[in-house]
Amino acid sequence: MKMEQTRKNKLLAPIAETGHCGLFLMRMLGSIRLERQLLISTLQQTYLIGARSLVIIMICGFFVGMVLSLQSINALQQFGASDQVSLLVGKSLFRELGPVLTALLFAGRAGTSIAAEIGLMKATSQIEAMQLMAIDPVQRIALPRFLAGVISMPLLTAMFNAFALLGAVMFSIGVMGLDPGIFWSKLHTGIYFTKDFMGGVWKSIVFGGLVSLIAVYFGYYAKPTGEGVGTATTRTVVLSSVLVLIFDFIMTSFLI
Amino acid sequence: MKDPIIRIRNVHFQRGDKVVLDDVSMDIGRGGIVAIMGPSGVGKTTILRLISGQLQPSKGSIEVNGKQVSKLSRRKLYECRKDIGVLLQNGALFTDLTVFENVATPLREHTDLGEEEISERVTAKLDSVGLAGTEELMPHSLSGGMARRVALARAVILNPKIVLFDEPMTGLDPIAMSTVGRLIRETNDSLGLTSVIVTHNVSQMKKLVDYCFILASAKLIAEGSPQELMRNSDPAVDQFMNGRVEGPISFKYREDAGNATASPGR
Ligand SMILES: Nc1ncnc2c1ncn2[C@@H]1O[C@H](COP(=O)(O)OP(=O)(O)O)[C@@H](O)[C@H]1O
Ligand SMILES: [Mg+2]
Repeated sequence: MKMEQTRKNKLLAPIAETGHCGLFLMRMLGSIRLERQLLISTLQQTYLIGARSLVIIMICGFFVGMVLSLQSINALQQFGASDQVSLLVGKSLFRELGPVLTALLFAGRAGTSIAAEIGLMKATSQIEAMQLMAIDPVQRIALPRFLAGVISMPLLTAMFNAFALLGAVMFSIGVMGLDPGIFWSKLHTGIYFTKDFMGGVWKSIVFGGLVSLIAVYFGYYAKPTGEGVGTATTRTVVLSSVLVLIFDFIMTSFLI
Repeated sequence: MKDPIIRIRNVHFQRGDKVVLDDVSMDIGRGGIVAIMGPSGVGKTTILRLISGQLQPSKGSIEVNGKQVSKLSRRKLYECRKDIGVLLQNGALFTDLTVFENVATPLREHTDLGEEEISERVTAKLDSVGLAGTEELMPHSLSGGMARRVALARAVILNPKIVLFDEPMTGLDPIAMSTVGRLIRETNDSLGLTSVIVTHNVSQMKKLVDYCFILASAKLIAEGSPQELMRNSDPAVDQFMNGRVEGPISFKYREDAGNATASPGR
């Protein structure tokens, strides 16, 4: 009986938590007011989050582009089709690798720092102090960070893709000596705006919302201790990485 | 006491199996400084949280300013809290904002004042707690006593009716302690506040407060002016006021039935 109970709780707990998180999202969105303050703090957070993640995303993008073209050229050469490399690199970047890898890097860099920051505010009673001043911390602390995540993820993905293409250009044109004209024209004619480009943009918006929701949620409900803050950060990376990959599959099957 | 501003009636509060407050009633009158005292872990902070509506009692009622705080919706509760200033245990200043912005936060949130007016009021308030010129400092560069004073300025910037203090002197050096004590008295009298101070510091309490409640073992065991309490011959009151080890108040977490329980501080 007891065991059955705990097994049942183990099964129900994630479902209950998902519901709780959904309610938190509703409460956050319900507190949106069109005011200057929200605009300013959202822009501030976008700047902070973007600036935090930009360098790492540029570096990773560049090397992903290089390795992608290295592998593609290697494989395509067997069929004598190495001039198709830009098409392969472009499609996989815009559709999959750009949004997914950016989201994973974002979770590790910005997600953790959002969760830790909010968790620390909780551990030092700053959240409680706000509530006691009749200021809603969900509106003032969580919401701007969430919105900033939604805004900055597509922008960061664009940077990732740009640097990956740069990496691909440097490798395939600079190192392998492919013809730049063919490289760019294949890319230009083979990548479709709605299917390839916008598909990636939608994904990155969803991933941005997902990762930053998880980060603010875990930060906000962190136990107000040092250990609680640590747990919140760890759970943020783990859960958001897993969910990004699951959502990627779901979204791809609808978008394709 | 006639026309109390805070009226606590037969309140019962429990955490898990542990009874924190058992049938506690208090009337806190308008004006003046009131202390709620008792050993660590007895439930003093819990009472403040009940008054501010952060916690709800399992039985009994709490009326603040004529409103039942435990029955308000979040919006009404937030409305009600504008009349209550709170100074948390370690000040809880916003670490990413300057001293000026910390004190200005309630004004920015709850008033339509212009930048000039805000600046004027914040400067005046900082001046009144003896911290003129600290506007641009960040909280981490303040000493414990200064941080407490900034938090006091922030708590009273909206001219509330009631201010709640959770252990305002704990962890301060003796000079800072007296400074904060004097400021609490000055602020209380000049703004006509009702101050409720939670503390376990008996000597400070004797100097500062007008009326005092003593909690032990989840119950209210005595109330009165500090002078009356010093003369009180109840063994538990005497033990607490004079800091004796021997007596009915135990320092064990749980004791067998029949005996008093008071957990060590956390
Ligand atoms: N978040 C909590 N969870 C469980 N028990 C708590 C919590 N906060 C306080 N308590 C318990 O409630 C009792 C009263 O706590 P508190 O009001 O903080 O005491 P005080 O402020 O008088 O030191 C303590 O015994 C403590 O163990
Ligand atoms: Mg306490």
